[in-house]
Amino acid sequence: MAEKAKVQFRQSIVVRFSGDSGDGMQLAGNIFSNVSAGLGDRISTFPDYPAEVRAPQGSLGGVSGFQVHIGHGVHTPGDECDVLVAMNPAALKQNAQYLRKNGAAIVDIDTFTQAGLDKALYTTTEPYEELGMTAQVIEAPITTMVKEVLKDTGMDLKAQLKCRNMFALGLVCWLFNRPMEAPLKFLKAKFADKPAVYEANELVIKGGYNYGHNIHATVSTYRIQSDDVRPGIYTDVTGNKATAWGLIKASEMSGRPLFLGSYPITPATDILHELAKRRDLGVKAIQMEDEIGGICAAIGAAFAGHLAVTTTSGPGLALKSEGLGLAVMAELPLVLVDVQRGGPSTGLPTKTEQTDLQQALYGRSGESPLVVLAAASPTDCFKMAFQAARIAIEHMTPVILLTDAFIANGSSAWRIPEEGEYPVIKPNYVPEAIKPTWTPFMRNALGIRYWAVPGTPGLEHVVGGLEKDYNTGILSNDPINHAHMVETRRMKIANIANYIPELKLKGDPTADTIILGWGSTYGHILDAVNRLNDEGHKIAMTHLRYINPLPKNTAELLSRFKTVIVAELNTGQMASYLQSKIPNLNICHINKVQGQPFMVQEIVDGVKNIMMEEEL
Amino acid sequence: MEQKTNTEAPKAYKPLDYKNNQPIRWCPGCGDHAVFNVLLKAMAALGIPPEKTAVISGIGCSSRLPYYTRTYAFHTIHGRGGAIATGFKTANPDMTVWQVAGDGDCLAIGGNHFIHEVRRNLDVNLLLLNNRIYGLTKGQFSPTSARGFKSKSSPYGTTEDPFIPAELAFGARGTFFARSIDVELGISQEVMEAAARHQGCSVVEILTNCMIFNNGIHSNITDREVRPDRTIHLVHGEKMIFGRDHNRGIVQDGFGLKAVTIGEDGYTLDDVLVHDAHCEHSFVHQMLAMMDGTDLPVAVGVIRDVEAPSYERAVAEQVEQAKQLHGFTCLRDVVMAGDTWEVK
Repeated sequence: MAEKAKVQFRQSIVVRFSGDSGDGMQLAGNIFSNVSAGLGDRISTFPDYPAEVRAPQGSLGGVSGFQVHIGHGVHTPGDECDVLVAMNPAALKQNAQYLRKNGAAIVDIDTFTQAGLDKALYTTTEPYEELGMTAQVIEAPITTMVKEVLKDTGMDLKAQLKCRNMFALGLVCWLFNRPMEAPLKFLKAKFADKPAVYEANELVIKGGYNYGHNIHATVSTYRIQSDDVRPGIYTDVTGNKATAWGLIKASEMSGRPLFLGSYPITPATDILHELAKRRDLGVKAIQMEDEIGGICAAIGAAFAGHLAVTTTSGPGLALKSEGLGLAVMAELPLVLVDVQRGGPSTGLPTKTEQTDLQQALYGRSGESPLVVLAAASPTDCFKMAFQAARIAIEHMTPVILLTDAFIANGSSAWRIPEEGEYPVIKPNYVPEAIKPTWTPFMRNALGIRYWAVPGTPGLEHVVGGLEKDYNTGILSNDPINHAHMVETRRMKIANIANYIPELKLKGDPTADTIILGWGSTYGHILDAVNRLNDEGHKIAMTHLRYINPLPKNTAELLSRFKTVIVAELNTGQMASYLQSKIPNLNICHINKVQGQPFMVQEIVDGVKNIMMEEEL
Repeated sequence: MEQKTNTEAPKAYKPLDYKNNQPIRWCPGCGDHAVFNVLLKAMAALGIPPEKTAVISGIGCSSRLPYYTRTYAFHTIHGRGGAIATGFKTANPDMTVWQVAGDGDCLAIGGNHFIHEVRRNLDVNLLLLNNRIYGLTKGQFSPTSARGFKSKSSPYGTTEDPFIPAELAFGARGTFFARSIDVELGISQEVMEAAARHQGCSVVEILTNCMIFNNGIHSNITDREVRPDRTIHLVHGEKMIFGRDHNRGIVQDGFGLKAVTIGEDGYTLDDVLVHDAHCEHSFVHQMLAMMDGTDLPVAVGVIRDVEAPSYERAVAEQVEQAKQLHGFTCLRDVVMAGDTWEVK
């Protein structure tokens, strides 16, 4: 391997690959993050791909990106990137804003022709000046070199150009001192049945690496040190995969087979994909004719005694709300995963937001309380999916798990849990002793209805959407009984607060101000809080993952602080929910609704502004 | 619970074994009473235990039926009975599933679920009680009401053509279609039992009368005086004979069908078609199902009954094959088979 000219130690590094959506940027980014994870780095990734499957080549709408953050103390994919790979002028234009001032851009200079600039709507012939870039730019003739490397392979031009992403990857690997073995191993597996393709990619990735070596005199490079992590066996997971796996784990721990009724919708579909593969574990994941069919199939499976799940995103949640009402009324266990995206309507299907919170809490007819949870990171999706299933099964209720595009598609290194790390889930079956006199809406001491699995002799029963008599389970229009049933269903959910963890305090507990977030903003807020406390601004932090019911100590904990700053990717949905639950709080807001995650600096600045105003 | 042993004879069930003690709320004279009573008889005749029987419905007058059964019964939401039955049956293929739906429930709000349930060939027995009206909401036209039909929501008559359920079922590549009339108890039981024996989506249309909002809507074919001449009971392998004097028959007429009188115009018994419900091609089945009681009698009985893989069995078989494929026994096996690394 070549000697490095300069090596710069940094705690962590952010690389953003960008190009046409057909340029293979997601693959290049994925390989790079896997290779880094294999070396023991913490990783966090963020694919940022266009809504159109294939927008016109070279156009601004067709730009696809993949950001990966590797190294120490990594909680987010990073705000700004240290290195930006831009395969064409459009990619540079779309992504230059994310590049750190003294970072480096690698561009395929062959694409910076007049035609290329025109397609990306540049108005001058000086793209870097036009974009106000101060970063270093490495103008690599990637297209030319790829053609040169592959000239003797007999591949046609189109096939040759498909390898450009590997040239960029090779160059990035050289920059970050990643050995070639790992990506080559990955490519060999990927193209196991296409040896010619593998050989071409090998030539190109090495070409990129060597090119990096040859121009070393002009580049600052970094080496990333491995983070200290808990011992164990790790793998790389996206939030969607972790969600699917958490549900499988819950199925194993409950003894109830897993059923998914779903319908494709960005950015939730990968959960369906993963669970469809898991027929090899006995999972029945079926694609239905629409979103309503998805939840209804799941409700049918819940009635049949399965751990039943439906997955969707915001518009699909709207379609499923009537089904959720039935699950509330029939008191059946059901997990609904809502991978939130930019809305309303079709909105920004591939972008991230936290704008479905109030829909999840309130979006049904009648008084229909249910449980709402939110996952804080890609790996937390595993834990929260498991918890969603546990609560659904043990408390006989629908549970909505909120994730979002950011953590669903982003990835982190995940430690595979050991046996015994996750508890046994105990379905609330009809106890043997009461079977002879059992009726379908009898409840245990906690107000939880029993689950009679079809096929069991003697427990034939009717459930449905109509109101029932509290005592007999038979249809009832009685006014007092209805009020009693409404209260019973409310109490059943409220009581779950006794079966979830209490809210934890982080940051400086002596501070007057606390920042509260929920779901996927955890990493950004944590980084901001650490930065603020390092700078001498005293601030505490807490993060909600259990939203309805709230953890038991929420009111007490938050009431200790003069100011509660709620930071969320919407216009204040959690803030108004909290205000309605705990009226005495002095709540301030940090909001962002751009279809993008927070930047740590935005939170830092937001907190400082609020602190200044509160002082006045 | 009493445990059955292999030496015991299978328990014989009575219709009342499938009925609970709830008061039945349909209006006096409603066709749904007859359908319910026949269903109980069919269940008993089939001998599938109540605990292995499920009844699933949507919303509407007929969809109240599950509330009166002693089975695993689920009264769900409007139009969604088919989708819920799909999840239920796929999850547990060992249950015998009856789905009960009205024409509005099944063909309007639930139309999408209906065609896909039929297309998938889910093994359910779908009783489609067609009274051509919305009864529970007190008298609006339904998707099976004829063009020009006057109702509270179409005071000047509808300006749209109706669905013909059979046509929709065939369009969705249905493998089983049968028809009966609420007052034809014997035929109703016959088709329900045939539907249960068919492995796949068995659509059973039952023409029912709504005394209150649409009284007599089917009387032009169901009235005692006209019924023998305006309906024909199709039985697989038997000649298509009908009429008060059993002298009318269905014959082929070019690419179509024609009703003739045997012994007139040169037609003999030999010319009369023999019903073949098991024919793979649905063309003749469709023609038979579309006979509307004007020139040709309305067909009742099992019109089409062909074998095809049922959805939930195919899913279950694929699960078994997939389990063999990788030999995974738990999530950990799956994860460990992927890219992993150890941190010590």
